[in-house]
Amino acid sequence: MLILTRKIDAQIRTAGEDGYPNECCGALFGEADGDTRTVSEIFPIANARESDEQYHRFVITPEDFMRAELEARRQGLDVVGIYHSHPDHPAEPSEYDREHALPFYSYIIVSVEKGTSENLTSWELSADREKFTREVISWL
Amino acid sequence: MAVTLLVPTALRTFTDGKKELEIAATTVGEAVTALADTYPDIKKHLYEDSGELRSFINIFVGETNIKSTGGLGTAVRDGDTVMLVPAIAGGALTVNN
Repeated sequence: MLILTRKIDAQIRTAGEDGYPNECCGALFGEADGDTRTVSEIFPIANARESDEQYHRFVITPEDFMRAELEARRQGLDVVGIYHSHPDHPAEPSEYDREHALPFYSYIIVSVEKGTSENLTSWELSADREKFTREVISWL
Repeated sequence: MAVTLLVPTALRTFTDGKKELEIAATTVGEAVTALADTYPDIKKHLYEDSGELRSFINIFVGETNIKSTGGLGTAVRDGDTVMLVPAIAGGALTVNN
């Protein structure tokens, strides 16, 4: 289960709209307790894909993710997940998402239709990496 | 000679939840091997069947990616911080969907 606040929800939606028509991305900072992850803040990261691919792809450089991990630790938090947007595409993980995902993290996807955010969903990858399962979002 | 190995959240399932470990090593490869020997379940997430490090695992000594310093053979010194960093990517569309 993923625990979110309306503030975090709004921040991710705004990031998706600001990034439109390209994909935005970033890390989710918070705390993990068993299968429950609580997000306390987002850490926006620049989409490092080639500019003409960003409308349907994102990549976070190892250097940027290393800095995100260090910043989370500095704040006494953990990286508990990743968020990204799907411009003009449903808030569902693609096969490409699955191939590049890791178990444990929560993967938030926000769909952005014609510049306006629509659905926000969260997904987690099975331990055998075979499939994504939609994760229940609980609101604080 | 000991280094501090920082474990990302995604891999802590395999380290009994430990965020960091003190490991005696003189190279990055020794540190990673020691980690895998201590927590065998982590191996499949670190190494390909060929024994090569998986492409989506990056390793930093301090803030330097070992890809630019000799890979697993990179020397480490007492007190160095070694960090495992997963590659992160995704996107809406694939060739098939």
